[in-house]
Amino acid sequence: MTVLLVALGAAVGAPARYLLDRAVQARHGSRFPWGTLTVNVLGCFLLGLLTALPAPSLLASLLGTGFCGALTTYSTFSYETWKLVRSGSWLPAVSNMVVSLVAGLGAAYVGIVFAGAWLFR
Amino acid sequence: MHDPVDPDVSLAVPQQRRELRDRPGTVLGVIALGGASGALARYTVGALLPHQAGQWAWSTLLINVSGCLAIGVLMALIEHVWPRQRLLRPFLGVGVLGGYTTFSTATLDVVQLVDAHRPAPALLYLGGTALAALAAVALGSLATTALLTRPAAEGELS
Repeated sequence: MTVLLVALGAAVGAPARYLLDRAVQARHGSRFPWGTLTVNVLGCFLLGLLTALPAPSLLASLLGTGFCGALTTYSTFSYETWKLVRSGSWLPAVSNMVVSLVAGLGAAYVGIVFAGAWLFR
Repeated sequence: MHDPVDPDVSLAVPQQRRELRDRPGTVLGVIALGGASGALARYTVGALLPHQAGQWAWSTLLINVSGCLAIGVLMALIEHVWPRQRLLRPFLGVGVLGGYTTFSTATLDVVQLVDAHRPAPALLYLGGTALAALAAVALGSLATTALLTRPAAEGELS
């Protein structure tokens, strides 16, 4: 059952990443990977929210391991950073790493705070 | 100006800009299928290498670094060997490897190390994952490109 829920969540999360990435890129013409940054930060917020709520384990498999896991990506993030390094764009490369890591952590904490505020409202 | 391929999607590349309009069902279908397969592989590695919240997460680190090595190899193969295989990048790059690797779990691993009052391992895990992943992409990409584009050895010429 857990395996099915992970697969189901990911089958929605991966296409959602693709569509969101396209939508963000359509609004930003720059070479900076805003699309991947957006999905990764959004995924960190959602997973922070989810882990701080008393979610049943099946829901955590569907939304956490499945959906958030597949919505976010380390492979595309690192590949895009590498491409920036290769083209000599050191500042955008370092910015992409630092901004992604810091914004991801920040978003996870915001998600946790939101969950706390909701639980103790 | 831009590179010919991007693991997820690059609207600067005409072929990738058109793919959703041309075959929306097929493209989204292979991404969903690949994403589910990748996530199941990630779930399996997590089950084989379990860790408690607040512990060093070897499974997530291994998943992300191996997935980054694989994306480096894959994108070099797509560029040099299979540029016309239009569903390969959506299936393997966006789907399988995107679903296998995870930025959100890696971030929550850091949060849980901080919550366990282990700031030094948290910082090491955060920076270590990012640098190891970048090195893995570089290794996969450079090694594969070097193998594929090396001049034919003398023996192979005759």
